Formats: sequence, C-alpha cells, structure tokens
Amino acid sequence: MPRFRLSYLPVTLARLARFALFVMAMLCASRPGSAQDTPLISGGVGFQTSTNGGNTKYQPIIEPLLAAPIGPRVLVESRAAILETWAPRTDGGSGYDHTYFGALTYLQGDVTLTPHVTLVGGSFLIPFGTYNERLSPIWISNFQSGPLISPLGLMSTGTGVGGMLRGSAVSHPKYSIDYAAYFSASSDNEQFNSDRSFGGRADLYLPKPRLELGLSYGRLLQDTHENFYGAHLWWEPKDTGFRLRSEFARGHHAQGYWVEADYRMQAFGGPDSVIGRFEPVFRMQQTFRRDTIVSDGLPLVNTQRADFGLDYNLPHNTRIITSYSRQFSSTGDRNIWETGIVYRFLFPAWKGRSK
Amino acid sequence: MNLKYLLSAVLLVVAAFASSKAAPRIRPVPQAEAQNAQNATKKQAPATQGGTHEDEGQRIFDQNCSRCHTAPDGFSSRISGTVVRHMRVRASLSQHDEQELLRFLNP
Repeated sequence: MPRFRLSYLPVTLARLARFALFVMAMLCASRPGSAQDTPLISGGVGFQTSTNGGNTKYQPIIEPLLAAPIGPRVLVESRAAILETWAPRTDGGSGYDHTYFGALTYLQGDVTLTPHVTLVGGSFLIPFGTYNERLSPIWISNFQSGPLISPLGLMSTGTGVGGMLRGSAVSHPKYSIDYAAYFSASSDNEQFNSDRSFGGRADLYLPKPRLELGLSYGRLLQDTHENFYGAHLWWEPKDTGFRLRSEFARGHHAQGYWVEADYRMQAFGGPDSVIGRFEPVFRMQQTFRRDTIVSDGLPLVNTQRADFGLDYNLPHNTRIITSYSRQFSSTGDRNIWETGIVYRFLFPAWKGRSK
Repeated sequence: MNLKYLLSAVLLVVAAFASSKAAPRIRPVPQAEAQNAQNATKKQAPATQGGTHEDEGQRIFDQNCSRCHTAPDGFSSRISGTVVRHMRVRASLSQHDEQELLRFLNP
C-alpha cells in the first residue's frame, strides 16, 4: 500500500507513544453534544497470509479507528495501521525475518460549515476513485490486496496534508450528487508525508437502479507536474446479494482498470444461513504502461490479473477472506494465494450511561 | 518484543469491547428484513409520520452505508451519533440525511 513506510522500531514506538498521548488528550477534550455522541473506537484486527510467486509471508495486523466529537460541529477522527510481517529467511538459514510497521493512516478534523459543506483539515485520505477512501480498511475489502491501479491519483502516499471541502450537493429520492475537493501541501514529516497536489471527485447516485457513477481528477504540483483522471461505476441491484464495482484510472505514465463482482449467497436460506454467509468474489484487472518512466507504483510492464475469492461472513463481525490470483505479464506469470481472518470491532471509547 | 505490543493492543481492544457490553445496543435492521417489514406496513395501514421517517432512514442507510460495507452486528446506542457523524463525512451525507439516519438508528 502506498502510504505504508518501514521505520525503525524505537522511533516508531516513540511516535506511537506520542499518538497515545494525543488520543488521550483528544478524548479529554471531547465534549459530546448529545447522549449518542460518545467517542468511539472502531476498526479491524486480523491475521493474514499470502504466497506471491512462491514467497510466503504472515501478517498480524490491527487497524484502529478513533472518532471523537467536539461540540455539535467538530469531529476529530484518525485511523492507524500496526502490523508485523513475518517471512521465511531468504539467506538459507532457518527461522523467519520480520519487519514491524506502525503509522497513522490519517488524522483529520471535520467541521460542519453548512448542511451541504464540511471542511476537513489535517492529514486526510485523498479522494480519488473509490478504493482509497471506501474500500481500503481491512474490515471492508473483499480481497486482501488492493487493485493494481490503486496508486494512481494518490500522489505517492495516499494522504494529503491540507484542507478539503466535501459534502452532498443534492440529495433527492431519485438522485444524489456528492463531491470532494482538496488541496494538499508538500510535507516531509515522516508521519504525515504528502506531495503538493490538488484534486477531487464527484459522484452521481441513482437509487432506483442503484447505480453510482463518479469522476475523479488530481494534479501533482511538484517536480514533474502530472494529471490523473479516474472514473468509477458501481451497480448494486436491490434485494440481491450481487454487487458490481469497477474503476478506471489514467496517469501520465500508466493506466488501468479493475472490475469486481461479488455475490452474497443469501438466496440460499437468507444472509445468515450457513450457505448464505458465503461470498464468492471475482476481480479482473489490467494495467497498461504508457511509457517506461516508472514513478507511479504500477507494474513495470503491461499486466493482467484475475482474482478468484471466496469469503465467509461469520457471526459477530468476523470474516474469512481467501483468494487465488493468476497474474500474467511479460516478466513472468505468477500465482498469488491469500488467506486471512478479520474481526471488526466498534464500541464506545469509555464506559458511561445513556441519558 | 514487537509482538508484545501487538498483543497488548489486542487485549486492550478486547477489554474495552467487554466493558461496553452493558450499554444498550443497536442492531441495524438487515436489508431483507427491513424490506419485508416495510411491505407489511404498507399492506396493513397508511404510513404514519414515524413510519415515513423509518423509510427515509432505511433508504439513506441502504444508499450510503450499505453501498460499501455490511452493517455491523450491533453497537451501543451511546455512539450512534458519533457513527452517523463519521458517516456524514465518509459518505458525504447532507445534514438532513444525517438527522434521518440518526433517527433510524434511534427510533
């Protein structure tokens, strides 16, 4: 994932300690506006394994999310990723090598300005396409690994440091339009690293056919200025377990698409039956390199990949996520196996009583 | 040593989860169940003011929350407002949608 960076353990622990202090301070500053506005802790904890081209790794991971309202108009929210990756040693020795990673994914303040405008400030997920903002949490995504084109439009890090205006422009029973527009400054801070850029996204949603169409744009404003364009189409027919999601993105040096179809087998005894908890998933994706300048995180050569997944939705917010992928490219074809289990948690940040 | 911190974090999460058990919990109505309930209501009697709000809240829930993820099994009513405020930003809800969704989660 583009926003993940390896760092040394002592430095990381110091940062985590600072983050813990910040969280404590934020919770103390939180002033719930009503009985329902208690700060919450949510997120996912899981264990994942993957074998990519014969290389296996094991990864325990936790992604906590904190949301704390401050008064009736302000919400502070943050998500972090803490994980350890274990892999068999490659130097011929026995045992495992392991690397630790822990960092904030985003830390933002949301201020409600008007019924249709929210101002977001701080470190935020860049609103380009759908994967970064909506599908990247481990408790939401159907596959362990993101689409090949997901780095496009995310300006290297996936996060911006600056401001964003977003909201619902129109919300009507027959259609709705929402938008997000941001500006990010360049930041070398290791925890809040970002490139200077601007961009945004607009979505049109039609409730009757349950169709969503969206367009994204981003422009990198440092070094070689580059434009990124994106489009997505989601279709989720009513009263079925079927979902179709697709996205196209084009950058200065590469472009590509992914199409994902999944079906919750709720027709067989309902979504909570033994069979109804199964969720077969298929994703097709292709990337095309426009030139040989590699600066966007996409494969070095044209690549095709088919992902076949089978997820199982256990009770109590737990999912088993498995997949087999076959990747084709001129540098060599490979098999990718992924298995994992994820538990999603959601609870108040402290104990209290309802008013 | 690293695993120790990870284990501590997991234990913290589990402990906090256990401590929140006592609070009243909201269980978002599954889509099919809610649809059946709505159909039954329409057959039996005209929609009341409360029913209209519920329909509107269900619509907003389906259109905005369920589009990306399944509803969690349940959560404390004390955080329903925070959940909705988070969703307002993440799903770009209008203020009206936010209020209807909160009403839907706290009927």
